[in-house]
Amino acid sequence: MSGPSARISRADVEHVARLARLALTAEETERLTGELGVILDHAAMVSALDTAGVPPTSHPLPLVNVLRDDIPRPGLERGEVLAAAPAVEGGRIRVPRILGEAP
Amino acid sequence: MSATAFAIAADVRAGARSARDVVEEHLAEISEREPEIHAFNLVLADEARSAADSVDSAVAAGDSVGPLAGVPVALKDNLCTRGIPTTCSSRILEGWRPPYDATVVERLRSAGAIIIGKTNLDEFAMGSSTENSAFGVTRNPRDVARVPGGSSGGSAAAVAAGLAPLALGSDTGGSIRQPAALCGVVGMKPTYGAVSRYGLVAFASSLDQIGPLASNVSDAALLFDVIRGHDPRDSTSIAGRIEPVTATLGQGVSGVRVGIVEELTDAEGIADDVRSAVERAGAALAAAGADVDRVSVPSTTYGLSAYYIIAPAEASSNLARYDGVRYGLRVDGDDVATMNANTRDAGFGAEVKRRIMLGTYALSAGYYDAYYGQAQRVRTLIIRDFASAYERFDVLLSPTAPTVAFEIGAKVSDPLAMYMSDVCTIPSNLAGHPAMSVPFGTARAAESPGSELPVGVQLLAPSLRESLMFRVARVVEAAAQAAGGTL
Repeated sequence: MSGPSARISRADVEHVARLARLALTAEETERLTGELGVILDHAAMVSALDTAGVPPTSHPLPLVNVLRDDIPRPGLERGEVLAAAPAVEGGRIRVPRILGEAP
Repeated sequence: MSATAFAIAADVRAGARSARDVVEEHLAEISEREPEIHAFNLVLADEARSAADSVDSAVAAGDSVGPLAGVPVALKDNLCTRGIPTTCSSRILEGWRPPYDATVVERLRSAGAIIIGKTNLDEFAMGSSTENSAFGVTRNPRDVARVPGGSSGGSAAAVAAGLAPLALGSDTGGSIRQPAALCGVVGMKPTYGAVSRYGLVAFASSLDQIGPLASNVSDAALLFDVIRGHDPRDSTSIAGRIEPVTATLGQGVSGVRVGIVEELTDAEGIADDVRSAVERAGAALAAAGADVDRVSVPSTTYGLSAYYIIAPAEASSNLARYDGVRYGLRVDGDDVATMNANTRDAGFGAEVKRRIMLGTYALSAGYYDAYYGQAQRVRTLIIRDFASAYERFDVLLSPTAPTVAFEIGAKVSDPLAMYMSDVCTIPSNLAGHPAMSVPFGTARAAESPGSELPVGVQLLAPSLRESLMFRVARVVEAAAQAAGGTL
């Protein structure tokens, strides 16, 4: 692996980890700062191409608003869905408190 | 060598052999070799026996059975199977049982196929060696000190070792073709939208496709014909008819224009033996009547860079669903946000975190246009360059992977070196085009000149030209077989 890249700082990595909802350890943050720099240096090669006036492609098929007939049909069984959840209470999925609420 | 899928299905349909017997034979093979290879996350012995008995009853009753009657098929463990664990080789989904079958699984069952097990993969299909699995590495059946490639390494190894005649994989940047090349089997990525993605756990939705792995071109064609076609449950599935490929397989290559892609064949890092295999495959096609020439597709050089922005960006969005709320792992925290972050840190492996971080960064404020926007415009240039090449050529030819199978552990500490494994396969995903790997002889690994390992060559075609691509593949395969050990 080549030397450290100036492209991404430790603070950047901490910020992105918060956006991505990843509780990284200090060791992971340190390692990712180096690795992401190297990968981003390579990815930045795309800026070598002149793309003035070139439209972006987000998808290989030219699809717009794919519609189907609106016919009612059964969804997944409620019991089956709840059985997959890590915590359930009173027929609902249980989660820890949201910000500011009483526990 | 065990029987082909074609032969098995013909025998079972004719009543010459029972599906149960076929299944027992493969389960015995699995007992023998699986402890060493670890191709499977889960072997479905009881389910396979019971499905085989149903096929045998249908044959005995004179009912029509499908084109894959009694043929065992291994499924990559990112394809949903109702009531059967589907892990994506990730701790975050360990123990999860999907409440529905993927469309391809339904189609396999209706075709009479027997689901024999769920195969190992790089976690969430992110990797090129199957070393990123939370459940241990899969070993290459041709040399167990080496990787099988990835991310569909378990599927490729299962077919190469004769544990299943057919397997399904998924291919986002080469995850069917590269392991097929490294294990010496056939692997094919269909046109984007030719096969339903319903029930395939999403990695990068604009790139992912499900496709077949098989020991030979005809069997891969047979499996593609079963899984192809429109599905209203996948809004990106192509609404028109997807041409079958089996019927035209033997039509040869007379007059077919084949272009050897210079940028992918002469690229830095392509081993000499791999490059010469491509040249010899080109010569074999010319000898069979094709017009073979070299062609430049300049922007494919930038495919890898564009891919490692686009795929992680889509992955960071798709994998947001693993939040510890509705299914899978939960690691508690004082509030929901902490629980989400604790769950994701504990449940995802290092490569998945790396890609989520890369993608989140590339999509974040201030960097979006420089990375993601620019990569999307490069994607357009790659599509345009392919379109120019296809004005002069019908099918393109290149290496599948830069080298033969590498040793386990050789690239785990250098993510970028690992990403380079996909340099030849990525452009087809970005363009949405079909492509496949066909075994073409063997070569010695640079670092250990003793062992002979499989080499694959890649055929690329424009959207929906699978039938022509398979015809060319059949000729390449015949040339490789005719040359035998002398390639």
